[in-house]
Order: sequence, then C-alpha cells, then structure tokens
Amino acid sequence: MILGYAGKLLEVDLSTEKIKETTFDDYVLKNYIGGRGLATKILWDRLGGKWEEVDPLGPENILLLLTGPLTGFFPGGRICVSGKSPQSNGVVGSTVAGEFGVELKCAGYDGVILTEEAEKPVYLFVKDSEVEIRDAGLVWGDDAKQTVATLTKECRNLLKTRFPQKGEWKEPAILYIGPAGENKVRTAVVAAKWTHAAGYGGYGAVMGSKKLKAIVVRGTDPLPEVADMDKVEKLMQAVCEDVYESDLWRRWGTGAAGYEVGAKTSSEPVRNWQEEWHDEKSYGVDKFENKVWIKQYWGDFGCPTTCLKIAMVKNGQFSGAITDNPDYELQAYLGPNLGIFTPEENVFLTSLIDDLGLCGIQTGNVLGFAAELFERGILTKEDLSGLKPKWGDAKALAALTRKIAFREGIGDLLAEGTYRAALTLGKMKKIDLLPFAVQSKGISIGAHGIRSGKDYPEIISYACSVQGGDHTSTAALPLDGSGSELMEIFNDSGVYCNFNTFGIPRNIRFNFYKAVTGLELTRKEWCSTKALRVLQLQRAMLLLGGPDLKWNPKIHDDNPPRFYKPLPSGPYKGKTVNKARFENYKKRYYEAVGWDENGIPESETLRKLGLHDVDKAMEKLR
Amino acid sequence: MATKKEPIWIARELSKCSGCRKCEIACSLFHENRIWPEASRIRVFMLVPGVDFPHFCAQCEDYPCVKVCPVKALSISKKTGAVLVDAETCIACGQCIDACPGRIPHMHPKGKHILICDLCNGNPQCVKVCQQGGWNVLKKVPRKSYAYELYARTPEETTQDLAVKMYGEKAEEFL
Repeated sequence: MILGYAGKLLEVDLSTEKIKETTFDDYVLKNYIGGRGLATKILWDRLGGKWEEVDPLGPENILLLLTGPLTGFFPGGRICVSGKSPQSNGVVGSTVAGEFGVELKCAGYDGVILTEEAEKPVYLFVKDSEVEIRDAGLVWGDDAKQTVATLTKECRNLLKTRFPQKGEWKEPAILYIGPAGENKVRTAVVAAKWTHAAGYGGYGAVMGSKKLKAIVVRGTDPLPEVADMDKVEKLMQAVCEDVYESDLWRRWGTGAAGYEVGAKTSSEPVRNWQEEWHDEKSYGVDKFENKVWIKQYWGDFGCPTTCLKIAMVKNGQFSGAITDNPDYELQAYLGPNLGIFTPEENVFLTSLIDDLGLCGIQTGNVLGFAAELFERGILTKEDLSGLKPKWGDAKALAALTRKIAFREGIGDLLAEGTYRAALTLGKMKKIDLLPFAVQSKGISIGAHGIRSGKDYPEIISYACSVQGGDHTSTAALPLDGSGSELMEIFNDSGVYCNFNTFGIPRNIRFNFYKAVTGLELTRKEWCSTKALRVLQLQRAMLLLGGPDLKWNPKIHDDNPPRFYKPLPSGPYKGKTVNKARFENYKKRYYEAVGWDENGIPESETLRKLGLHDVDKAMEKLR
Repeated sequence: MATKKEPIWIARELSKCSGCRKCEIACSLFHENRIWPEASRIRVFMLVPGVDFPHFCAQCEDYPCVKVCPVKALSISKKTGAVLVDAETCIACGQCIDACPGRIPHMHPKGKHILICDLCNGNPQCVKVCQQGGWNVLKKVPRKSYAYELYARTPEETTQDLAVKMYGEKAEEFL
C-alpha cells in the first residue's frame, strides 16, 4: 500500500443501497494519483465503452468525490468532484475547499463512488466505517443555509446519542446541493460551508439526478501515515512562510480584482463581455472591505492564505445577505458582467446564488447572455415571463435567477446553461445566438479575458483546454511550464488548493508528493507521461461526448466569436485575438500534446502512453 | 510574555479565529506525532459557517474536573497551572466532562482516556502557529487571579454569542 492514502474507497449503489469498499492497486494510484487523475481513470474504465450513450443526468452516470494523497498535508484542503459532466459531456475535475476531504481520509476513505440513483431523496452519513443512507425528506427543497443547519444538528445529535461518553462532537463536514441541483439545473454546484462550490462541470445536477441531497462525514482516525513526517512538516512550513510573507491573497483574497482586473488588465466581463474594462471606483476593494466585510480572514483546513472574507449587508433593501468576499469570479460575473457596480448588490446576488446552489460563473454568464438578448430585443418581456432583466437591475436579475433554479418559464431553458440555451433559443428565434455565448465546449469562460493580452490566460487557453472555459485548468505551452494544464492536473490530482502554490518553487509539490508517499516523481516524468495520460483520456471522453451534444475540434477548438471583436473601450481599446496567431499557436499545441491536425489524439501518442483501448475508441473520430 | 517559571494562561480572542485549524495540526503533531484533529486537545468548532473558534481548557480557578475525578487521574501542574491527565489511571468515565462548565474534555478517539490541554509544559504549540500566522487568536500570558472559568463554555453557548455578534438577528436562522 502506498503511504498517504487511507487505502480504500467507499462505494454506494444508491438504487440497491448496497455499500462496499473498493480498492485500486498501486499501479493505478502511482499513475493516476487521486482526484482528477483517478476520476478520469475510473470513468474511462467503467463507462468508456459506452461513453456516448451515457446521459450525464441518468442513473448510469457515476458521481465521484475523491481526495488525493496530499489532501490534508499540503496546506489548503480540498475535495475533487467528478463524473460525466452535464455541461461538456466530458470529464471535469472540479475541486471545492473545506474539511470534507480531511474528514473523509480520517474516516478511512480516499473517496466516495456513487452509482445509480435513489428512489426518494436521501443523504449519506459516514462516521468512520459506519455508513448509512438516510432519508433526506426533511431537507429536500431547502436552501444551502437551511440544509447546513439542519444536517449539522441532526448528525451531531445522532453522534451524541450513539456515543454518549465521548464528550462534545465537532460538526461533521458536509457536501450538499441546493434547490438548483435538485432540479437538475446544469449550472448547479456541489457545495460546502454555504459559499464554497465545485462549480465547473455542473455536478450539482448529477447529484440531484441521483436524489442525493448531501454527504455528511465525520472521521476520528488520524490522517494516513506518511513516508517522512519531518519532511512534510518542513514543507508545510515552507508553503506557509511564503504565504505569510507575501500576504498577497491573504489580505484581500481575490477581492481586489473586481476593480483591478477591469481597470488595470482590462480582462473582466462587462455586460456579457461586450466590454472588458471598467473604472468604477464604487467597486474598489476598499468599498468591499469597509462596507460589507464582517470577517477579514476565513480559511479551510491547514490554509495559511484564508482568502475568504465573510461579507454581509447590514442595512437597506439587501439587508441580511451573507456570502464570502465575494471572490473575484463572482464579483465579476454577478457584478460588472450584469452592469452591477455596488458591493451591496453584488453580495445580494452572490448570497442568492449560494442559497440556491448555483454556480456564480455559469449562472452569471447565462444571466448576462439573457440580459444582452433582452437589450437587443431578441428576448422580450413576454418571453421572460414578464421580467425585464436590464443591466444593473439586481432585483430583476435575482428574479430571473430564481426562475433558473426552479426551472420556471424561461428559467427552464436558461437552466440548460449558456451554450444549450443559445442553440435552443436560436432555433426558436431563427437567429444564430452563438455570437452572444461566451463559452467553450458547454462551459462558460471564467472571468479572465484574453483580448487585452495582459491577464494570465493565453489565446488558446480555453479553446484547447480539456475542461473548456474552466479558468483553473487552462492550456498553454510549454507543457512543463507553470501555466500548463498538466501542472493543474497535478494540483487537482494531489487535491489541494492551487492558491498556495503561486509563490513557491514549482517542484515543492513533487517534494511534497515524495515526503507523503515515499515515491519519487519528477516534473519531467509527470509532464511527459502521467499527466499526459490523464489529458489524453479527458480529451478522448470530451470528443466522444454525447448523447445530446458532440464537439468537433475543427469547429469547437476555438474562442467564442466575441473574443475576435476588438475591445471597444479602455487602455487596450482595439486589441483583439488575432485569428492567424491563434491557429498557429493551436497547431503548435496539438503537436506538443500529440493530437493530429484535426485535434484527435494520434495513434502513436496513445500507444506510447499504453492507452491502446483509447486509440481504438478514437478510430471512429479519425 | 510569561517566563518559564510562573504559571501561564492562553488568552483567547475567539471572534478573530480564521478556522485554519493549524492549532489542531500543531497540537496533534506534538502529542500524537500525527495530524489527527480528533485527538487534538484544542478543537476548532464551526457549528455555523463563519463562526469558527477554538474550544480548549480554560484552567478554571476551582478546577471542577480535578475535584470530580473518582480515581485521581487528573492533577494540577504546579509549573504551568495546566490540568494533567494520567492516561494509565483514567477510566474514561466522563465525569470530568459533566463537571466542566464548558464540556471541554473529550475522549481520545482510540485510547481509553480523556484529553485535556496540558499547555505543552509551558510552551503551547497552538499559540506558536497562531502567532506565526498573525491571527493572534491565542496568546500566552502570565496566569493571574482572573475568573478564567468564564471562558469554559459549551460549543453551543459560544456559537450562539459569536453568531449573533457576526450576523445579528439573522443568526437565529442558522443555530
């Protein structure tokens, strides 16, 4: 057994309620590590042969909650959520912060595999090796804050009754869905701690399709044994010291970016990406800090950064709204992207998004899409059940958000996410609406534009990523560079927070891996074999896709049309993505990762990596 | 800062806790040589998101836990003022939990004995990591004649107060 792992996974068939333990041999763990890598391997092995027929929202899909060997050790604990994505129809490794991964490992499991679907709403309660499927009738329909309160109380009471001599029980860790997930909204999240979310991928909808409201876990064992605890402690210390010294993300989290990314790098979505620049000082970080932050530092297990700040509106019409900073992504997507420029309105919308269990990025994108269509007269008041979602009208946009979460009226269509909504509405209106959809392969693009050339994503970052518009998994060359998607695969497979990697030397994560597992892994080996294998598997499943949508790299390995329009305002006015440069970079990227000129993984590439069955599956696409 | 000779206390500013749980990591590494949140003598509770706080022994002036122990497994350190647990003698009866106004002692998850903060023999590890991070929730101070037992409160009681302090009337919905 490899050190750093609990050594087994919990597998639950929600239909038969059969509970068992599943193990993987060392070869699999050495190559696929955990989290995103292991998810990719499990999904390919179990569903690869029928991938195109598997409905992401049907019982045959598998929902995975996976830790990695570094979870709990590398500062900033997370858990990786995966399965066949109802957004991209491929695989997304979507991580969410919190104590869930640590509790799970302390309970003796490296992950949870959830198959089939329950007959009626249930939640899973795990206390060490005691696992039970419980009725969730009481919390089905509840929002995030109600769900957390009820399940925390119920499960602590259970523990108290069962172990009366223990003393006071700490709260268990909970992953849950809100009403949006229950209603299988494709922009729904799997969430933790009110505000933390695994957003990319749309796994809240998968969990909802399985009628699984929550997974609650309490583990009382230590984290697994490691190869060299002294070394682990030293590395933890090194990461923390770097963070304490730079203080960059600690001070404001990403909460300074709502102003900065607009004003400085001009790469923030403004009114559905019609612009990427704003200079609204009403949206400065000082306004967030001084008007709405009620807790300056809030973090998760072992994290020195504590990038979250809790925000609450305490007076006026939005009084009582509570969320985190909001972080940059939600500041942008539920702010300037909707023509909103006050912290109070932004906190109000973010709090609502949290409560309903929606992804702020994906939902903010589809709201912006709808608002632009309304502005252009393509969507009318009648289409919108009487709503008038004008730029900056937080209340009307909130009403539309609720319609999406409950799939009412136009909300049912927008609940399919921007890309699918654009296709359906386009057919209804007989207009091509894709020019207004800012997404890549069904996944709306994170709030970092590429036109100014001043932000971190590059011109191929979203077009060539195996996770579409995911701003935390962007493609770039060189393949072993810090901006490469292969390095993100390591973060998502070791399963820890990439925000604690920014200031440290690239190799610390591999030293960490060795100190925990005892196994040598160099960056070169990772990038030339193991990570590349995960990338090819993700690419293969993305291209197989189905059943409702398929991607053709010739068409879909591209930027959204809007990114080829010149920026209309700001310091980089006129700048845009040069199509010829893009095509050239894409060609070089294809060559580097071993894809043919049509974007299909080449036979030679796959065979060299030992992926013979993938090669066979790709034959039909070549 | 307290010198090594006099008894100490860990002053605590609960509402500043970030919930990073480095204190749990440091405590369990020191006492158990493992990262083991459940065996940590200091535990961060978060019964309501955002309302994180460390829950650990306040060294009450009258030490009710020591008084109630039927087998004299608990004693008071002359050096630091901490409650010391003799794990061999402890019968895990839990009477000290009921005697504690804050229900702070808790059972070791594996061994059959109670866990109570021993102030790390005068050099508390939790304080070190909390100070290093600049959170300053925990601070080592000389022990004086204060009513330290006021800090011995149940997780529910502390949560109630901190949640109202943070969220005002909204807190009622989360408790």
